[in-house]
Amino acid sequence: MEKWDIEFSHLDAGYGARPVLRDVSAVLPAGKISVILGESGSGKSTLLKHIIGLFRPMGGVVRIGGEDIFSLNSAKFRRLRRRMGVLFQDGALLGALNLAENVALPLSEHLDLPQILLREAALRVLAMVGLEDFAGYYPNQLSGGMRKRAGLARAIVAEPRILLCDEPTSGLDPVTAARMDELLLDMHARYPEMTIVVVSHDLAGFRAVAEHVLVIRDGGLIFNGSPEDLVNSRETYLRQFLERRSGDSGQSLQRPMNPVVRSALAKWLAS
Amino acid sequence: MTKFSALFAASGRWAISAVFAVGDTTLFMFAGLARIFSGVAIFSRALRQLYIIGYKSLFVILLIGIFCGMVLGLQGYYTLVKFGSVGLLGSAVSLSLVRELGPVLTAIMLTGRAGSSMAAEIGVMRITDQIDALDVMDINPMAYLVSPRLLASMISFPLLTAVFDVVGIVGGYLTGVLMLNINEGAYFYRIASSITMADLAGGFAKALVFGLLVTTVCCHQGYNTHRRRDSVGPEAVGSATTSAVVISCVLILAADYALTSFLL
Repeated sequence: MEKWDIEFSHLDAGYGARPVLRDVSAVLPAGKISVILGESGSGKSTLLKHIIGLFRPMGGVVRIGGEDIFSLNSAKFRRLRRRMGVLFQDGALLGALNLAENVALPLSEHLDLPQILLREAALRVLAMVGLEDFAGYYPNQLSGGMRKRAGLARAIVAEPRILLCDEPTSGLDPVTAARMDELLLDMHARYPEMTIVVVSHDLAGFRAVAEHVLVIRDGGLIFNGSPEDLVNSRETYLRQFLERRSGDSGQSLQRPMNPVVRSALAKWLAS
Repeated sequence: MTKFSALFAASGRWAISAVFAVGDTTLFMFAGLARIFSGVAIFSRALRQLYIIGYKSLFVILLIGIFCGMVLGLQGYYTLVKFGSVGLLGSAVSLSLVRELGPVLTAIMLTGRAGSSMAAEIGVMRITDQIDALDVMDINPMAYLVSPRLLASMISFPLLTAVFDVVGIVGGYLTGVLMLNINEGAYFYRIASSITMADLAGGFAKALVFGLLVTTVCCHQGYNTHRRRDSVGPEAVGSATTSAVVISCVLILAADYALTSFLL
């Protein structure tokens, strides 16, 4: 096992007593882009939050470089997490800080260096994601795509060994989503040693960036392998997922509205 | 289960959750206080909070203070005139302000103006993953969000209380001396002779305690927005803000009673 491999072993996870993930076992290889695919609510983001250590699992273990992250003492766990960068769904930028301050935050809070140097470091990373002209803008002055790019800049400013991205392209138009995928590939080229984990339900994005794929359905792992194997899979659900079919085509075409509600609605529309 | 035992069980559950909430909030306050001296960056963040809690609340405190003093002057005059003691108006106005109304009304106004925005701001940060993001960046959210606010409150509550007291005394002067023509010298002589150092210290001690209570409750409610059972998402931020203001106001009055009993 390599130093920055991420491994789940018989992972059970959930919120309170409600289980979300059941018996998930897989390895996300170091230095590769792994994409975790699945429908909304399947448990992808929950899996990501367990890698970050925001939640403790109900059972099983999460190992990074062979070490169970939940058995580490607080100091060791913090040291490990310093090597992770996380892009949250909407960027999670601090609203009171401008982009340069947001991106510099992981450095300015921990390094005793002049502000001008830290700002310059932030501007370099902002330039990498194409936002150097927006350094003085606040998050609420930016579009969703720009917030995500700024979130990515903040996640990589400390050059982490593990980059975790929670739905980096959700809610973006196809062009902006493609730009985000290009950024991830660019990141991978610049930092080939970085383990990148992307949680997504964006099929175009997965085809563009994935080197390893997990597919989760209803909290269980149903595919673990290469993108080629996934594309060639004959498994019914995976075919439906890849071909964007719901699998509900045999359902009745009867309209669902109650006749009483329909008649009242008709009266209101006619009034 | 009989109705009586169901009622008994429900009140037991309520009592247990109330004790848990008090314990949790107290630990939250100590965690925030303990991190005040964890780094110099906290002081620069506290400076920004001083501007938000202190400076931005100054105008409303001046306004409330002057009207409160004017009402006290009017009420005091018409009460004291029945006993032929209008000369004591200065004592009545200043003692009421310094011992009770100054700290209490300042704290209630600051709860509405600054406490509610603390709860809402931290609540929004919680539901938009900003607090998780701080945690992931190895930035302690308590040290980043709560400690500077506690420090700023401990400074600004007593200072704004002092402003309220002075402006209130001026308000009493406007109605008592300028409108109702009591003797100016008697008004100020009574103030100087009746206010003791113990009164001032008691008033400031109350302001300090109220500042700690309000900030702790408001930050705690915002910080735990995601744990609310009555609502989720943006609605939970609204509920957390309402709870923060209501709990703070009740605690201010309860603590005022306890402190007054202790100080008298």
